[in-house]
Amino acid sequence: MSVFLAKRLATFLATLAVASLLVFGVLELLPGNVAQMMLGDTATPETLAALEKKLGLDRPAAERYGQWVLGLLRGETAVSVSYGTPTAELIAERLRVTLPLALLSMVLTTVLALSLGIYAAARHNKLGDVGVMLGSQLGIAVPSFWFAILLILLFAVKLQWVSAGGFPGWTEDEGGGVVDGLVALALPALALALVQAAILARVTRSSVLEVMREDYVRTARAKGLSRRATLWKHVLRNAMIPVLTIMGLQFANLITGTIVIENVFVLPGIGRLVFQAIANRDLVVVRDVVMLLVGVVVIVNFAVDVLYALVDPRLKPSDA
Amino acid sequence: MTAPPLARRALRHPSFVLGALLSAALVAAAFISLFWSPYPPAEIDIPNKLQAPSAAHWFGTDSLGRDIASQLLVGAQNSIVVGVIAVAIGLAAGVLLGCLASAKRGWVEELVMRAADFTFAFPALLSAIMLGAIYGPGLVTGIVAIGIFNIPVFARITRGAANAVWSREYVLAARAAGFGGWRITTDHVLPNIASVLIVQATISFATAILAEAALSYLGLGTQPPQPSWGRMLNEAQSQLFTAPMLAVYPGVAIALSVLGLNLMGDGLRDLLDPKLARKR
Repeated sequence: MSVFLAKRLATFLATLAVASLLVFGVLELLPGNVAQMMLGDTATPETLAALEKKLGLDRPAAERYGQWVLGLLRGETAVSVSYGTPTAELIAERLRVTLPLALLSMVLTTVLALSLGIYAAARHNKLGDVGVMLGSQLGIAVPSFWFAILLILLFAVKLQWVSAGGFPGWTEDEGGGVVDGLVALALPALALALVQAAILARVTRSSVLEVMREDYVRTARAKGLSRRATLWKHVLRNAMIPVLTIMGLQFANLITGTIVIENVFVLPGIGRLVFQAIANRDLVVVRDVVMLLVGVVVIVNFAVDVLYALVDPRLKPSDA
Repeated sequence: MTAPPLARRALRHPSFVLGALLSAALVAAAFISLFWSPYPPAEIDIPNKLQAPSAAHWFGTDSLGRDIASQLLVGAQNSIVVGVIAVAIGLAAGVLLGCLASAKRGWVEELVMRAADFTFAFPALLSAIMLGAIYGPGLVTGIVAIGIFNIPVFARITRGAANAVWSREYVLAARAAGFGGWRITTDHVLPNIASVLIVQATISFATAILAEAALSYLGLGTQPPQPSWGRMLNEAQSQLFTAPMLAVYPGVAIALSVLGLNLMGDGLRDLLDPKLARKR
C-alpha cells in the first residue's frame, strides 16, 4: 500500500506542477501582453509601462513563475489591479461564502443520494424504485441554474418567504448573522445538490444491488441474519467504495456548479469574484482563482484515492 | 433461438423510444428553424414587449418584444452545433489516444492515462473562464472548453474497451498472422468498441448541451444576437416578477433535450450491450 500511496503522491505533485505551468503559461501566450490586455487599446504608453512594471512584466517569465508559485504557497500573492488588495485577501474574504455553500450542498447531496439510493435498492423493481429512478433521470436533465431560478420563482416571487438573492453576512456587524447567512445559502445549496444527488443516488442504488448479489451476502442471509441487518452490516460498507469515487469526481462539478449558482443568487463568493474580474479584465485575479479551484479539484481527487486505499481491503495486502 | 432484430427490440424499449422521439424533436426544431421561424428571432418590437402567449406569439414575447417561440426554435440550432462539435473533438482526439494507449501499452499507455487524469482537473467551466478572460467570451471559446474536457472521457472509455478486445483470441490470432497494431485497431478493435463509443457520444452530447447552457447563462458562451437557451434564461431572470414564464420555457427546452439524449443513450446501452444491461 505504501508504494501505491507514494505513486499517487508523486502523480498528485506532478499534476499540480503541470497545472500551475499551464495556468501561468496561458497568460504568457496572450496576444500582446497582460498589461495591454488589462488596459485596452486606449492606454497611453506611460500607463502601460507603469502597469508592466507593477506586474513585473519587465522580468523574465521563469523568474515570475517562480515568484508566483512561492507567493501562492506563502499566501503572499500579487495585488489585484481593480481592487488594489492582494488576491489572497480577496479570495479568503469570498471563501467565507463559497466554502459553506459547497459544504452545505455536499452534505445535502450525500443525505439525499444515500437515502434515496439505498431505499431504491431495497425496493428493487417495485414502485418506490421506479419512482426514484424516474426522479433521478429528471434531476440529471435539469440544469442546476435553471432549478435555482425555479426555486427563486417559487420561494421568493410566489411565496415571498425569502429574498431573491444576496447575502446578509455572517455577523451582526455586517447586518446579518449565522441564521440569516444559513437561510440565504439554503436555496443555493439545494439547487446545487439536486443534480449531484440524482447522479449519486443512481450510483448508490446500482452499487448496493451489485453487492447484494455477492456470495457472502447470500451466506449471511443463509445463516439467519435478517435482510435489514445484512444490508447494514455487510452490504453498505462494500457498496460505498464506488460511491466514494463518484463523490470525489463530483466535487469538480460542485466547484464549477458553485460558480454558476453564486451568479444566479448574487452571492459574494469566488464565482462572483471571478466574473467581476473577467469584466474588469483583472487577469491576476482570474489566474489565481482558477489555480485555486484547479488545486482544490486535484487535492480532492488525491484524497479520494487515499481514502479508497484505506476503505478497499483488496488494496491492502498487495501494492496494487 | 435467435434474438429478435435490433429494430424490433428498439421499438419495444419504452425509454429508448421516448428518448429517440425527444431527440428527434430537437433535431427537427433546429432543422425547421434553418428555413422558417414565426418571426426573425432577433427582431426587436418594443410596442409588443412582454406579451402573454397568443395565436400571434405562441409563447409570448420578451422584454424587447422578441418572439419567444422563434428564439426557442433557433436556439435548438445552437445546442446541436455545440453538441456535435464538442463531441467530435472528444471522439477524434480521445479515440485516437485511447487506441494508441491500448495498442502500445507500457509508457505510452501510462502517459496517455496520466494526461487524461490531468485534463480532468480542468472542468469545462474553468477552461472557459480562462479562455474567455483572454480571448473574450464567445461560442468558439465555449465549444473548445467543452471539447477539451470530452477528450479524456473518450480516451479512458476507448482504452478500457480496447484493452478488453486486445486480450481476445481472435486478436491473438491476427497478431500471430503478422498483422500490426494499426491494422488490428482498424479491423478488430474499432468495430468491436463502436457500440460503447456510440452510447458515450449520446451521453456526452447531453452533457455538452447542459455545459453550453450554463456558459451562455454566464455570458461566456453564445453571444447576442444569436439566440441561445442559456442566455434566454439569464435575460428572463431580470423579469421574474413581471413575466415569470419567460424563465420556464427555455429551461423546459434544455431539460427535455438532455432527458431525451440521456434516455436514448441508456436505451442504446441496453440494446447494443445486453451483458451490461443485465447487470444494471
